Amino acid sequence: MLHHIEKTLSPRPLPSGGTGRTVIENVSRRGFLAGAAGFAVALQVFPADAYVAYKHGGLTMPNGVVDDPHVFVAIAPDGTVTIVAHRSEMGTGSRTSIPMVIADEMEADWGRVKIVQAVGDEKKYGNQDTDGSRSLRHHIQPARDIGAAVRHMLEQAAAAKWNADPDDVEAIGHEVVHKSLGLRAGYGELAEAAMALPTPPRDRLRYKDEKAFRYIGKGAVQIVDLHDITTGKAVYGADVALPGMLFAVVARPPVVGGTVKSVDASAALKVPGVVRVEQIPGTPLGSKFKPLGGVAVLARNTWAALKGRDALKIAWDDGPHAGFDTVAYEKELRASAAAPGNPVRDQGDPEKALAGAARVFVREYYQKHMVHAPMEPPVALANVADGKCEVWGPLQSPYGARLDIADYLGMKEEDVTVHVTLLGGGFGRKSKCDFAIEAAYLSKLAGTPVRVQWTRDDDIRHSYHHTTSVERIEIGLDKDNRPVAWRHRSAAPSFLSTFAPDEGVQHPIEVGMGLEDMPYEIPNVRAEQCKAMAHTRVGWFRSVSNIPRAFAVQSITAELADELGRDQKDFLLEMIGSPRKLDWQAMGLAQPMWNNGEPAEEFPFDTGRLRGVVELAAAKAGWGRQLPKGEGLGIAVHRSFVSYIATAVRVTLGADGTVRVPEVHVAIDCGFVANPERVRSQMQGACVFAMTAAMHGGVNFENGAVQESNFHDYRMVRSDNFPEVVHAHIVPHPFAVHATGVGEPAVPPFLPALTNAIANAGGKRIRDLPIGDQTKA
Amino acid sequence: MVKLRINGVEQSFDGDPDTPLLWFVRDELGLNGTKYGCGVGLCGACTVHLDGVAVRGCLTTVAEAAGKSVTTIEGLSPDGSHRVQIAWRELNVPQCGFCQSGQIMQAAAMLEANPNPTDQEILEGMQGNVCRCGCYQRIVSAVRHASTGA
Ligand code: FES
Ligand code: FES
Repeated sequence: MLHHIEKTLSPRPLPSGGTGRTVIENVSRRGFLAGAAGFAVALQVFPADAYVAYKHGGLTMPNGVVDDPHVFVAIAPDGTVTIVAHRSEMGTGSRTSIPMVIADEMEADWGRVKIVQAVGDEKKYGNQDTDGSRSLRHHIQPARDIGAAVRHMLEQAAAAKWNADPDDVEAIGHEVVHKSLGLRAGYGELAEAAMALPTPPRDRLRYKDEKAFRYIGKGAVQIVDLHDITTGKAVYGADVALPGMLFAVVARPPVVGGTVKSVDASAALKVPGVVRVEQIPGTPLGSKFKPLGGVAVLARNTWAALKGRDALKIAWDDGPHAGFDTVAYEKELRASAAAPGNPVRDQGDPEKALAGAARVFVREYYQKHMVHAPMEPPVALANVADGKCEVWGPLQSPYGARLDIADYLGMKEEDVTVHVTLLGGGFGRKSKCDFAIEAAYLSKLAGTPVRVQWTRDDDIRHSYHHTTSVERIEIGLDKDNRPVAWRHRSAAPSFLSTFAPDEGVQHPIEVGMGLEDMPYEIPNVRAEQCKAMAHTRVGWFRSVSNIPRAFAVQSITAELADELGRDQKDFLLEMIGSPRKLDWQAMGLAQPMWNNGEPAEEFPFDTGRLRGVVELAAAKAGWGRQLPKGEGLGIAVHRSFVSYIATAVRVTLGADGTVRVPEVHVAIDCGFVANPERVRSQMQGACVFAMTAAMHGGVNFENGAVQESNFHDYRMVRSDNFPEVVHAHIVPHPFAVHATGVGEPAVPPFLPALTNAIANAGGKRIRDLPIGDQTKA
Repeated sequence: MVKLRINGVEQSFDGDPDTPLLWFVRDELGLNGTKYGCGVGLCGACTVHLDGVAVRGCLTTVAEAAGKSVTTIEGLSPDGSHRVQIAWRELNVPQCGFCQSGQIMQAAAMLEANPNPTDQEILEGMQGNVCRCGCYQRIVSAVRHASTGA
């Protein structure tokens, strides 16, 4: 029986390296036992009106949300439950957590659940763009709907089978029971009849009481790929192969928008194993995810392809961005931020308040372009044959990739299939499918399957770079040193330039990340964006514009506290002001703030919660205690991806200026938490990621080209100096407090908390990132 | 023709003897657990054992491994029950997982040579292995756990 979905959903078995499915044979003993013990407890379900379905941003994403159980769940006659993971797994654990929510709500035994990864098909699955810390935020509620619907269908099927009143039967622990008649039927036995039923309307659904959750909120379910990862069997982009496949590497133009003037491939073609050399057309800035172009070497193995590429002789026309230079551009940004820009927020009369201020405190903060550098560099396999294109790759947005590949090849969407492997890190880089388009294009040219491997050098030189910015803030103080005016000017090239001809203007999303929604209770506030033209492909990077915004706002807050002789934490709380919900009209905005795409009624910006995490992190870190000489504690807070996070960093500053971070306290208020264990791992990881950004993050352009090339000059935080102990303090909430983002929001506050700590340890006040050797001067 | 043992199995290779072990095990043998992360010895994703010693598969050529015994993550334990693998699972170390075969191979070789490393020795022993997801806190704990059970 089963299950049309098993056939259509499950991607056809991967050609090598596994089946593409994970059988969870080895569930955490703790998790399994806790669940099994729980089966003895009577299940409490509540009528639909006890669970108020809430509006969230997922509903307005392209292709919205699908919560049809027939799409996501299949049950085999042996009782095995197959759940589709439709979001990409890049380390946050969502491939486990969303199916876990479905399994819990449908009363399935997690030990009998299998996960299959969906292909890119948003018409079927709804939005799959794994980005913006949205997976649990947008899918925890639909996952409960799916699970509740399956449970309902199983109960209906059992009632029909026993000719009983559906109210007298109950699904519990992978079977349906009729208490008074003493009947029981396993899910496998009921599956065919149950899954043939139509999806029940939402008002018929009954949801589990939170107290009856077996897995949700417990943190005992381990990620489904754990065993495969630790045994080398997990399948990432480069681990899929097809017979006859060629291995390709591409020499791309050193300067974005550059083109091949001439190429001499004779030496490359002499390298044993090299099969062919092909050109990929160049593209100007603003070509979305179309490949940069260049010269591809296709070979029988990776080593031959690399040697062949080294042997190419290419003359490049560097194009219009050949003059791009980081040092000169920094000056340009500073000049732009020094002059009035376009207002994006105008509250009160900031100009008058600044003009009338007793003094104006001005600081300027700078950050360079950065590279995501996921551990797995971009890679994809494509096979174009018989008018169809099939692609395998670590893609954050498989449906987006499908459309872009179809468009580039001039094919119909239905003729392109995109399979998603595990992602060896994403961080926004793998939202951009240029590498998959390269593979598809080359496969079409070569008439064989082609796998394109990016080297680390390729990754660092040809990124979609995190924006570079100057954030200039002026605070007007009255004669009693009370802040009465705030003016923030932001000059940063926009990722809009990657999609359309550049006008030097930021997208509302970028404006919405800490510029328009600055939460301080100051009567007169103006935010402006100042023109900045892009000269590289700008793309979002984990936490995006929140990074420079949090850095600027939280740095100047500490600097002003010092200037006024105030305690930094007390002053921060005073700036946030009273607990209240931010009101866009009172804030002088022309329209509701972006709010990460979430409706403000459901996801208000609550300064009480912002204050709460500051107080929590400060208390846990022992704020105010005397520290030994050369140590410092710094604190910062930021709301992003709708979550409130305060981070307290303790720093030791060596005699030679070496910065070490022995301890961090992260206080996170992200609403209801489905998997606290993965939230903790994200907090730990975000601190490391942010420390890399703070200490080392920054590429330099000269003559239009990135100068860095690998981990020797684009350095990473390593185990010899990293945030050694990160304590994550999760503010507990019931389900009614909506789940918000986790993957990104812990990055932004870490950077200013670190630089505040360095200053408090007696080190230099850092205003320009990366820190590099500045503490050693 | 180069002959070498990979995970206990005799293999021969008549391709370019300068081919790094990384690409030999991946492209020729389909042993995909060994990962490419940088190609120049800076990340440790490609770590394998050469006669029991951790080496970077991207820097060690097939010729250098001639007549020797190579162990990849697939050969560390037939059922994934090496104490380091168990520790990695018990402490939920991985995030994306991509660096983890290299981390595990590095840790296993380190513990073989030094069964009771100090914390400082763990930090230094693992510093050649980058984890972009930032699992270091758990990596260090897991090495300690594998070493002492603590
Ligand atoms: S791939 Fe060998 S050390 Fe990075
Ligand atoms: S777990 Fe992702 S790089 Fe280490």
